[in-house]
Amino acid sequence: MTRLSTAFSRGPALVTFITGGDGPTAEILDALVAGGADVIELGMPFTDPMADGPAIQQANLRSLGAGTTTAGIFRIAAAFRALHPQVPLVLMGYANPMITRGPDWFAAECVKAGVDGVICVDIPPEEDPELGPALRGAGVALIRLATPTTDAARLPAVLDSSSGFLYYVSVAGITGLQQAAQASIEEAVARIKASATIPVAVGFGVRTPEQAAAIAKVADGVVVGSALVELVAQHGANAAAPVQELTRALADAVHAAR
Amino acid sequence: MTTAPTQNSFRTQPDERGHFGQFGGRYVAETLMPLVLELEAEYTRAKADPAFQAEFADLLEHYVGRPSPLYFAPRLTEELKGAQVWFKRDELNHTGAHKINNCVGQILLAIRMGKTRIIAETGAGQHGVATATVCARFGLPCVIFMGATDVARQAPNVFRMKLLGAEVRAVTAGAATLKDAMNEALRDWVANVHDTFYIIGTAAGPHPYPELVRDFQSVIGKEARAQMLSRVGRLPDLLVAAIGGGSNAIGLFHPFLDDPEVKMLGVEAAGHGLDKEHAASLAGGRPGVLHGNKTYLLQDADGQITEGHSISAGLDYPGIGPEHAWLRDVGRVDYTSVTDVEALDGFQLLCRTEGIIPALEPAHAIAAVKKIAPTMDKDQIILLNLCGRGDKDIFAVAEHLGVEL
Repeated sequence: MTRLSTAFSRGPALVTFITGGDGPTAEILDALVAGGADVIELGMPFTDPMADGPAIQQANLRSLGAGTTTAGIFRIAAAFRALHPQVPLVLMGYANPMITRGPDWFAAECVKAGVDGVICVDIPPEEDPELGPALRGAGVALIRLATPTTDAARLPAVLDSSSGFLYYVSVAGITGLQQAAQASIEEAVARIKASATIPVAVGFGVRTPEQAAAIAKVADGVVVGSALVELVAQHGANAAAPVQELTRALADAVHAAR
Repeated sequence: MTTAPTQNSFRTQPDERGHFGQFGGRYVAETLMPLVLELEAEYTRAKADPAFQAEFADLLEHYVGRPSPLYFAPRLTEELKGAQVWFKRDELNHTGAHKINNCVGQILLAIRMGKTRIIAETGAGQHGVATATVCARFGLPCVIFMGATDVARQAPNVFRMKLLGAEVRAVTAGAATLKDAMNEALRDWVANVHDTFYIIGTAAGPHPYPELVRDFQSVIGKEARAQMLSRVGRLPDLLVAAIGGGSNAIGLFHPFLDDPEVKMLGVEAAGHGLDKEHAASLAGGRPGVLHGNKTYLLQDADGQITEGHSISAGLDYPGIGPEHAWLRDVGRVDYTSVTDVEALDGFQLLCRTEGIIPALEPAHAIAAVKKIAPTMDKDQIILLNLCGRGDKDIFAVAEHLGVEL
């Protein structure tokens, strides 16, 4: 069992995203764990976050403006791993910062820092050689995204190169804006789970405990990002407490489906 | 029996996965991937469809005004005291630049695919104007994403787009220039994949865009090659073109790539200088992934993209089309760069010697020719792609020359 498979084996998991280096990241990560998050996604900031809506775009720019580096992200990850030996940690971001020193370098840094998986927005299965073999070879999961446009013909290619879990992006769009209809999520998750051997988590546009509870009834995990990132934007240095409060409400809602 | 190995040709890229050597590819979010594959399949069918090619050719002739003239520049040649300088006059096209060639091709593809809404990014505004033009011509609604900085420095083109019925969305993220406009266009596309076609303005982005933009712009080089043979009975010794993303340059170069006697020079924007702020991604960048393709990018050690700078909004982009990245690495095309100051000088030189006001983009190519022509023999021929006219730039040039209008 890996940390990721253990986290999903307990029933529906809450997956939370924050942008690394935006606000007091170490405190916020502790607050996510204390609030009951099962899997942590740590966003690696990028100058050109093409798949993100305004909330996470601004978080990326705040983080880079505060001087966040790739080395700094790995320091945050390593410190988290030391404090929370059991909680899975996933890096999420864009291709260029991940491959710029070579995929082997990136995979080795992930191993050193205790990172369990990587989500790369702009490396689809077609470009898997750019990052996938290095990560999988190092025992780091490459978590792929499936979307409403991923049809039956593509799904096997997406699943074949995905490990850890599959992230189902419930809306065709950018992060944080629209919400998908519950019925469409249920239909898609059922379709994907019929051929998936890894857990399926659902995200994009999930903001409230009510939505999270409804999705947890059908999926293995619920991803919440922009709503937490907005709390960091609003509360800055004092973000840990409100982040923990929202995380607790979301976690209770998700875990109630267990 | 052996046949000629295909690697002896420089005209067979990209491979079936959209790669030009290590460059190019399809680095897009999963949401866009099925659409990009659909576009590739449709473009493959369109290429082989005589009706599509005939409609494209008809529009280029009767709407765009092709073929564009091939012009010998006698007074510029005399002034530079070296090789003969000839121009491919794509600045005489409808809408004033080469951009329209590609827009005509892409909107025909959009219509073939049943798309009902068009989006595009623009820097200088030339691609935005060309896109708004073909949208008006075919009656499709169109949204143009333009950095707020560029909206301010290209006001005449913003007004043109609006007159043509386009909605212009000013993008305030980042430095609010072309890169940010492209990010925002991609965000719009991902949210509207079902009905929207993204007309990318340069030979970059995910496969098949670099290939199809090149193919549509190759009309420049095909015409120029035939015109040269008919006018002087031989091919030029050197082709010169300005490069932002590189669509006018690849359009001129590609039909000549397998003519070994023809040398080629791409001219990047060195801005304030290569040791300061500039937009020369081959001279000052290294390979990376942005906007759907792998290519040379201006970036820091962590792979964060740095802002380009050029006096020319059309060259102000931190990347370059992937085929240029490959052509540079295999050594088929040479690349150089000229500064803002040199480009302004080239701009005025052409006004004064030939009575042609060029856009600031080809003014960079003029500046490069000014340096290289005197080093060549008088019987040698330089063919420069005059890819845009300068009406849009007179305000910016006046400001730089300290003239109040």
